[in-house]
Amino acid sequence: MIFYGADVVTKDGVKKLDIRVKRGKIAAIAPAEEGLAAGRGEQVVDCSLLTAFPGLIDMHVHLRDPGFENKETIETGTMSAVKGGFTQICCMPNTKPVIDNKVVATYIKARAREVGRCKVHPIGAITEGQKGENLSAIGGMKAAGVVALSEDGKTVRNTSLMANAMMYASDFGLKCLCHCEDESLVNGGVVHAGYYSTLTGLKGSIRAAEDIIIAREICLAESLGLPVHICHVSTYSGVQLIREAKARGVQVTAETCPHYFTLTDAAIRDFDPDSKVNPPLREERDRLSVIEGLKDGTIDCIVTDHAPHHADDKNVEYSYAAFGISGLETSFALSYTMLVKGGVLTLGELADKMSAAPARILGLEGGEIAVGMPADLTFADLGEAWTVDPAKFVSKGKNTPFKGRTVTGRVKMTVVDGKIKYREK
Amino acid sequence: MLKHKDILGLYDLEREEIEEILSLAHRMKDRLRAGDKHGTELEGKSVTTLFYENSTRTRTSFEYAAKFLGAHTVSVSVATSSVRKGETLVDTGKTLDALRCDVIVIRHPVGGAPALLAKTVGAHVINAGDGMNEHPSQALLDMLTMEEKFGSIGGLKVAILGDILHSRVARSNLYGLKKLGASVSVYAPRTLLPPAFSELGATVCSSREEALDGADVVMGLRIQLERQKAGNFPSLGEYAKYYGLDEALLKYAKKGAIVTHPGPVNRGVELTSGVIDGPQSAIEEQVTSGLAVRMAMLTLLTEETL
Repeated sequence: MIFYGADVVTKDGVKKLDIRVKRGKIAAIAPAEEGLAAGRGEQVVDCSLLTAFPGLIDMHVHLRDPGFENKETIETGTMSAVKGGFTQICCMPNTKPVIDNKVVATYIKARAREVGRCKVHPIGAITEGQKGENLSAIGGMKAAGVVALSEDGKTVRNTSLMANAMMYASDFGLKCLCHCEDESLVNGGVVHAGYYSTLTGLKGSIRAAEDIIIAREICLAESLGLPVHICHVSTYSGVQLIREAKARGVQVTAETCPHYFTLTDAAIRDFDPDSKVNPPLREERDRLSVIEGLKDGTIDCIVTDHAPHHADDKNVEYSYAAFGISGLETSFALSYTMLVKGGVLTLGELADKMSAAPARILGLEGGEIAVGMPADLTFADLGEAWTVDPAKFVSKGKNTPFKGRTVTGRVKMTVVDGKIKYREK
Repeated sequence: MLKHKDILGLYDLEREEIEEILSLAHRMKDRLRAGDKHGTELEGKSVTTLFYENSTRTRTSFEYAAKFLGAHTVSVSVATSSVRKGETLVDTGKTLDALRCDVIVIRHPVGGAPALLAKTVGAHVINAGDGMNEHPSQALLDMLTMEEKFGSIGGLKVAILGDILHSRVARSNLYGLKKLGASVSVYAPRTLLPPAFSELGATVCSSREEALDGADVVMGLRIQLERQKAGNFPSLGEYAKYYGLDEALLKYAKKGAIVTHPGPVNRGVELTSGVIDGPQSAIEEQVTSGLAVRMAMLTLLTEETL
């Protein structure tokens, strides 16, 4: 199959190229003016109005399956992923049962293969049941295909256990992805402590609740000489902690989400539970620092923290509503709009943040359009403006604070291992 | 006539609406003084008090207010825990709507809950206190008390002492008082001061004396015992000593200043008995003002458009 004439985002800039895929791999690439000649019976796809990115990778997704299939299933979640342009996703372990053993990890991989949309890599819990007591079956999970460990949604409270987890995980080539939150400081807070928490009277939590654990994980990584990855950075001070750590050679990587570089806590003003997310939306100063961190490389990658919820979990009092944003179908457009159109990143840098960097961090195949690489491709129309309408999400989670927002850049086609898994009708 | 279907807070009410409520409340208070409990303004209307938090005075006050105007009243108490497992607020609201309820008076531990209810139901919603957000009827009764004493609110200096962080009374008062031209000074332990109160228009003071200096009104706030357990201050004794109000401190306020408190008061903690029972205390008068304000709120909210 040949994808003709797209503007292809490569390591050496954007070029008009033809891409041939064969047996799931990129078999040949040629400048469009020379052109690849289609073989007998070879399918050709005209992509001349589209931009091709290396298949997007989201290393922070909640698929809710097993256990919370009313919120999302592996099927709907991966449909949502390919619609959002993602060819590979990593799913967090806070399912029921928790991904803390090879059985659950194996189920997820098998079910993902069965529904056949995008590649799904499970992330194992650091501790059994995410209870923070005993290490989970890390070796067994690695054998079953787990690509990283995370207690996501929680911090491993016991610092000594966290140190052990990082060391033991390193024996299996796994990194810990750390959700940073000092529970005693959060203490029931549901929003950022600032002007809007004062105004609404909603319980706020201060930046230090996140920063203290970011600093702790950095200290552990530095002391142990091991890598660590910081999840969904939201504070200006957290960005600075990571920047300083990187400058002195600590093996720390970090991610953020579109909502942290697009929104501030002003979104909580009307008590819309779709603005409730953990960590919370913060202030303009934080939003700008997150953008600065993306620009200078402090923040390595963009993830969605896709957290689909049933309407019943959101259509309640703010403090009782579930945390989280359904993000797979808006991530690319928000990132393109805010960061590329906003003059922060080049297309190549965006491709790095949304594809190459997560591949590097987790050691996944992909992240580049080059001969011999898996044929994972995301095609987008960068000129198309559209308005976010959650009713049109294929994800079961319609919970988004971006409803009604007009964004630019629309995924038109997603190719996974050489097969078209999504194409806009 | 109010411009809003609901009274969710003083942040959203316009100055004219606040003035209209207060002006009618003065007339209601005259009626109460005259012993008139047989109003007809709410005849044929039904008022439900839906309380997800314990309250005696606010609930009783709303129910009396409704009854004195001729309404049918029903009170629904819900233990928050059972509600969280059972019926949602939205569904409860729909049920009350289907029961042809005209006004729902709601108290809820979560800020924004009355707004959620108001969005769901056709009935008028009155916020009787939501989380740490607002308590509009309390602020209006404080303002009515101030108007009675001083004639008008414009130019008054109001000092609020105590647990500002958790206080919906402080927030509603701040919004309402600012709209009517008063200035508001606050003093609180740093642990009980929200991060951005000055940005909302209050003067955050660094001592009780500074807050009280030249004040026309001194408002105490109830301190909940659980704040001590949460580590916000070491003991009630220490709280009383460093953050409470006694007769000596009251001298920093103007000579004719009044003392208010949303009640119930912890005697000897936020206010000494000397202050509570002293000549400057307006605390008892506030209770009757509350009844009048709530009668005015109910009347204006249910007035038919002509």
